[in-house]
Amino acid sequence: MNTTATNVAARLETVIGVAGVNGSSESRAKFAVDGVVPSAVAQPASSAEVVEVVRFAKGEKLALIPCGCRTKLGIGMPPARYDIALDMTGLNQIAYYDPADLTLSVDAGMNLTQLADELGQQQQFVPLAVAFFDECTVGGTIVSNIGSALRPGYGSARDFLLGAEFVNGAGTFTKSGGRVVKNVTGYDLHKLLIGSLGTLGAITRLNFRTFPLPEGYGHLVSTFSSVDSIVRFQAMVSKSPLTPSSFDILGPEAAQTVAEFKDDRDSPLPSWFTRGEWHVCVGFEGAETILRRYSSELAQYAQQCGASNYHLLKESDDKALGGALRELLNLLSWSGPAATIFKINVFPTFPSDVINLRTLAQRFSIPCCMFANSSGPLYFALTPDDLDDQTIGSLAHIASGAFEYAATHNGSASILFCPTSLKRVVNIWGPTRNDAVLMRRVKRAFDPEDVFAPGRFVAGI
Amino acid sequence: MLAEGAAPRALHRNVIRGLQNILGASTVLHRPEDLLLYEYDGSVEKGRPGAVVFPNTTEDVSRVVRLAAQHDIPVIGRGAGTGLSGGALARTGGIMIVFARMNRILELDIENQRAVVQPGAVNYELTHAVEHAGLYFAPDPSSWKSCTIGGNVAENAGGPHTLAYGVTSNHVTTLELVLPDGEICRVGSRHGDSVGYDLAGLFVGSEGTLALVTEITVKLLRKPESVKTLLAIFDRVDDASETVAEITARAITPAACEMLDGWTLRAVEDFIHAGFPMDSAAVLLIELEGLAEVVAGQVAAVEEVCRAHHAREVRVARDEAERELLWKGRKNAFGALGRIAPSNYVLDGVIPRSKIPQALRRIQEIGERYNFKIGNIFHAGDGNLHPIVLFDPRDAGQYQRAIEASAEIIRYCVEIGGALTGEHGVGMEKSELMPLLFSDDDFDLMRRIHDAFNPQSALNPGKIFPLNKGCGEISPRAQAAVRTVLL
Repeated sequence: MNTTATNVAARLETVIGVAGVNGSSESRAKFAVDGVVPSAVAQPASSAEVVEVVRFAKGEKLALIPCGCRTKLGIGMPPARYDIALDMTGLNQIAYYDPADLTLSVDAGMNLTQLADELGQQQQFVPLAVAFFDECTVGGTIVSNIGSALRPGYGSARDFLLGAEFVNGAGTFTKSGGRVVKNVTGYDLHKLLIGSLGTLGAITRLNFRTFPLPEGYGHLVSTFSSVDSIVRFQAMVSKSPLTPSSFDILGPEAAQTVAEFKDDRDSPLPSWFTRGEWHVCVGFEGAETILRRYSSELAQYAQQCGASNYHLLKESDDKALGGALRELLNLLSWSGPAATIFKINVFPTFPSDVINLRTLAQRFSIPCCMFANSSGPLYFALTPDDLDDQTIGSLAHIASGAFEYAATHNGSASILFCPTSLKRVVNIWGPTRNDAVLMRRVKRAFDPEDVFAPGRFVAGI
Repeated sequence: MLAEGAAPRALHRNVIRGLQNILGASTVLHRPEDLLLYEYDGSVEKGRPGAVVFPNTTEDVSRVVRLAAQHDIPVIGRGAGTGLSGGALARTGGIMIVFARMNRILELDIENQRAVVQPGAVNYELTHAVEHAGLYFAPDPSSWKSCTIGGNVAENAGGPHTLAYGVTSNHVTTLELVLPDGEICRVGSRHGDSVGYDLAGLFVGSEGTLALVTEITVKLLRKPESVKTLLAIFDRVDDASETVAEITARAITPAACEMLDGWTLRAVEDFIHAGFPMDSAAVLLIELEGLAEVVAGQVAAVEEVCRAHHAREVRVARDEAERELLWKGRKNAFGALGRIAPSNYVLDGVIPRSKIPQALRRIQEIGERYNFKIGNIFHAGDGNLHPIVLFDPRDAGQYQRAIEASAEIIRYCVEIGGALTGEHGVGMEKSELMPLLFSDDDFDLMRRIHDAFNPQSALNPGKIFPLNKGCGEISPRAQAAVRTVLL
């Protein structure tokens, strides 16, 4: 352990005790962000201890990054400063749960699978079907705003997050919203925390609306030979009375990745996927009669739009496919030494000129794949085999093209996952935004002395 | 800048002339008799502006705001003035910007289910404009035929159907803003997802205290295939409220679930003739929407719950005309109450839905203790109570007791895990109650956010934040207003 690390760890121990601080190099290395290793890891056991750690950092002019299970720490620019990893997994309880009111208050450090198990006992759930599901925390899911496969049916976190408690950069414990399903009391500060990447404070607790687990599930997997057919199929479903719970559009390579996903099964998914073709997986829920109607009408629509093939899945297969679709981002983020995944927010969510992105990657001979959720966003993943200078140069060129593509559709794009070396030449948040000045004002209000994750966010925040 | 809470002052003639130069003489009101209307909104509050202007464009708004900033004068945005918390009133005087002329629907993007509107566009008009495409705008406050989408955005308005579809913030994707220095900027994206902080999420519901909204992009929803409206009739209020709690506990989510107690429904029936039974203790108006198969299942399940809780009768509206009549009864209920009491005070508390039965019993007990009739017409499905305290302000003691009883009800909502306001906003009315929910540290952060955008309190001063910190009462100004406005 170096001198600085020893000092920081030792001083932290005086604040929250020996048990809450880890200064060993092995532990600190686990919390490294883009190669920057913190001087100490603090694991507070209560929100009061979080307050103490933040006040300590503020007083000592040190920088903190709140962490959960560290599955998405790679999102963001390299930190300008990083002294203390604030490990929030010590706060991991359900603080309040009223199944009869369908409301929940849960500590930010609770694991998503554990939460799902607890709510499942009451036949309820929070519709956060996100990548890294088995190993990530509720807080990390919210601050990364990683996409949920169930968004078409349930909306995004913004639609069912009711309130939050957090420690802001001034070192004070604050709250926003509440635990009721309808509430306009005061500013909706908790909405700002969604996707804030830990730059506004350390979330200690989150309040959600919960939902009943459906009676049954179904999936239609259909195969299309052209993007135009998929656009037609999407429009037809959108104009129909059907309200699918998920709608995943998979380019040929993305479909292949899903097809090869094993999870805890002995074998990959059955061969619903045809190599080299585009696929659409539509998820639906409800009682038997409802599942039958979805099955019949979706199959009809798919045929009308020129699907070359379709499969209706049984419930056990459905679960396996749902898991594979949910984990697609996770799988792709580990698919090579320089895996680079763009998140592109455009309208229409799946434009027919999307193949231009593919052409762009092919020009640099970099393998790519793309997939989208009907409610957005569109994901564009590059999976080069090497991490050399030439590859980084190519990725940088493609990044410019992807940002430009989003701009021409009046949208925006950012890079979710990529090697640190690419971040040295590309700002992952894309071109400077007109509202950056307003975002800086928000940051200053929450964190006037730049304690939280400095340099990682949009506009140098 | 005038201190918050200080008495309003008249505007200097140079300011009036400046406004006329920007907008033309016919769109600037400044004579006392012209300003009288703008002293009021739908609440019991009161506040007279020094001038009222009607801009046509965002640039007009920006120029007015710049002029106001030069003269250190507050600016207040206003839609139709239907708000119920004093949000659109000039608490400390100043220039009121009324968006009546910025009322156009600028763009309908049917394919992507988006609409771009000016803030003065009327809520219902948007739904009307997209009906042909099978779409609608989901937030539907009772005042939807007159309230504006700009006002909905400022207050984060709700309505009966927000139970299933969410309040205004769930449906707004982009905002064009004018900041207190006149700068024009945009936040959010048409798509809904954008890079960076969710600024649109912050500005919606900020009650005009951070910026003026001059253009709004909203989501449009597709009309459901099937709609069934049920009227469940009960002989005991407890049975009706327990029915709501069980519908929630069984995780049935109606599109709307409204409750009217017997006393208020009789007043409504006398006026509207909606078909509510005159001899019942309470009715539930429950709407179920979606696929025909889903709705059929939900109707059966809701009927079962109603009967298990001793519903005397469960009627399903036979056709669209009967459905519309039932909703007319609900949406015009507050107006109907004006026929039976000289004045009423509509509250807006929220509670956990599992606690509706106990909350209604407590409200009745509070009414008896203060010797008031307190009616209940509310969004039961999301726990958004609207107790209505009926009183005669000509009786010297009554108005004070009405305010005290109201504050006790709101305090009780907070005590059982609820909030001060579900959809009406804090405004002037509830700013003094805010310490019941928020600590000094909470206020400190909210104040820093306020000051980050509106450092001089130039926009809508005297709203949301308590003037008399810590007193935990409905504002003394509101109390005085009850006396003066309602007589």
